[in-house]
Amino acid sequence: MSVTTLSSQALAQRQPSWLVRLFDYKPFLIVMCLAPAIGLLSVFLTYPLGLGIWLAFTDTTIGRRGVFVGLENFQYLLTDSLWWNAVFYSVVYTGIATFGKFALGFWLALLLNNHFPFKSILRAIILLPWIVPTVLSALAFWWIYDPQFSIISYLLVDVLHWRSSNVDFLGSAWPARFSLIAANIWRGIPFVAISLLAGLQTISPSLYEAAMLDGASAWQRFRYITFPMMMPILAIVMTFSIIFTFTDFQLVYAITRGGPGNSTHLLATLAFQRGIAGGELGEGAAIAVSMIPFLVFATLFSYFGLARRKWQQGESND
Amino acid sequence: MTDTVAQTAAVADAKAAPDTMAWDSGLRRLMMIYLPLGCFVLILLFPFYWMAITSFKPNAELLNYKQHNPFWISSPTIAHIKHLLFDTSYPRWLWTTMTVAIGSTTLSLIASTLAAYAIERLRFRGSPYVGLGIYLAYLVPPSILFIPLATVIVQFGLFDSPLALILVYPTFLVPFCTWLLIGYFKSIPYELEECALVDGATRLQILRRITLPLAVPGLISAGIFSFTLSWNEFIYALAFIQSGANKTVPVAILTELVTGDVYQWGALMAGSLLGSLPVAIFYSLFVDYYVSSLTGAVKE
Repeated sequence: MSVTTLSSQALAQRQPSWLVRLFDYKPFLIVMCLAPAIGLLSVFLTYPLGLGIWLAFTDTTIGRRGVFVGLENFQYLLTDSLWWNAVFYSVVYTGIATFGKFALGFWLALLLNNHFPFKSILRAIILLPWIVPTVLSALAFWWIYDPQFSIISYLLVDVLHWRSSNVDFLGSAWPARFSLIAANIWRGIPFVAISLLAGLQTISPSLYEAAMLDGASAWQRFRYITFPMMMPILAIVMTFSIIFTFTDFQLVYAITRGGPGNSTHLLATLAFQRGIAGGELGEGAAIAVSMIPFLVFATLFSYFGLARRKWQQGESND
Repeated sequence: MTDTVAQTAAVADAKAAPDTMAWDSGLRRLMMIYLPLGCFVLILLFPFYWMAITSFKPNAELLNYKQHNPFWISSPTIAHIKHLLFDTSYPRWLWTTMTVAIGSTTLSLIASTLAAYAIERLRFRGSPYVGLGIYLAYLVPPSILFIPLATVIVQFGLFDSPLALILVYPTFLVPFCTWLLIGYFKSIPYELEECALVDGATRLQILRRITLPLAVPGLISAGIFSFTLSWNEFIYALAFIQSGANKTVPVAILTELVTGDVYQWGALMAGSLLGSLPVAIFYSLFVDYYVSSLTGAVKE
């Protein structure tokens, strides 16, 4: 009885509203559901990506539509020592910072994987550098790196008496480069540590028990169980990390703006300086586009280089 | 051969164990775990401590390490915060940032919920490819896009308007949220929806009455993640906003407060502290969601 009343009710409800029926028509519903996301992404992501590549081949400036100039922008960049500097520093910055982040982050993840009191609070605190707006923590680093009132200099000179003069963190090329890398590592450790910790927790303890029964040392357990089991997650986290370190902008822009003497420009900050601040949109776009091959290479390298072992291992296990 | 080595090693271990055990577990743990952990926490938190302590220091103490211990404040002051709130447009910047963050979060939550539902539950031919396409969008960094996007924004007449940011931020929020929500939708048993379908519910009713209520934790995770990401965004806000009043907090502090040769470190640090607090508070309320979404997205 209840069934008949229900269906008649449903019929009565359905009959007048063609709108409801339209929204229940699957193809229409799929289109409607995907429209906002796809629309936003194509207007503000795919289209600008294509436009950026087009702009790189024109001599557009702010306020003037450019004409197609072929490879001229790229030819100019190849003769531009500032661009080569930026490429060099971007690679160095990404290489050292990624290594530092993963070495320290992995270590921190292994430490956090032990049992001790207040673990969840500690885990929450450790993520803070990653939560707080990068520019604002970069300002704190700028203040820490101050030539006169740096707290690190104070520690080294007045407390520990290791040095006789203040450290000039941002005044010359190499110290400034390494100061920025240190700030980047500081910011990246939490993300790496927490992601890898999640991976560590998925490794079954029985594997370690079996290894311990076989008499494997702590190092062997790490080398032959932890590390291979972590490979897939390591590959993903590293791919992301490399992409976003290579294209980093905020830290450098906030702390040195590319100085001293343009020595700390990354490709992104150089693109901003030329494209937006200098108004040479075409040239800025060419610098931005020149990042793409590096990114593709880094992604393929880190993803397939690391993930391949996982496949091999998976095959031999199956 | 390796077996015998391992065995002897194990035997040696077992022999050594009783004498050293008590000493071992205590001191060893201290040296191997607590000491490095302490160093990590100290280094990771120090910049925040330094930021906080600087914002409450009077200028005299700030620049005089000889007479005042720089690690502590002898006479705290709220002059810097007062200056920030009453002599600059800081409240206005906070308000803009809040509007932009909430606007873009709402927009991307709606877009990505619908997209994730379509990809995971409406299952059509090619849905995995749409999912993959959205995921790839996440790999396109803003540094490549900001120059052409600036021209697009100018074409739309949105230059210098916070609305531009609300529309642009979803480009990096939608891919992330969609993937997070696909994972959540996957964990909801499909049978529930089938039952509802059999009972004559429409697809939209199912989404509203069954799937969404069950996916609330996922929605919260995606929401707070989006909120913090848009609060922290810098390069688009720097490139698309020109007038001082419309800037977001991170951009405004860097471009409006850094003036002249003598930096107002007290005010700068106070600004950074105040700008970080909303996210930090928000974060502390939802830590578990946050950690789970971060790790969940990585595992996907």
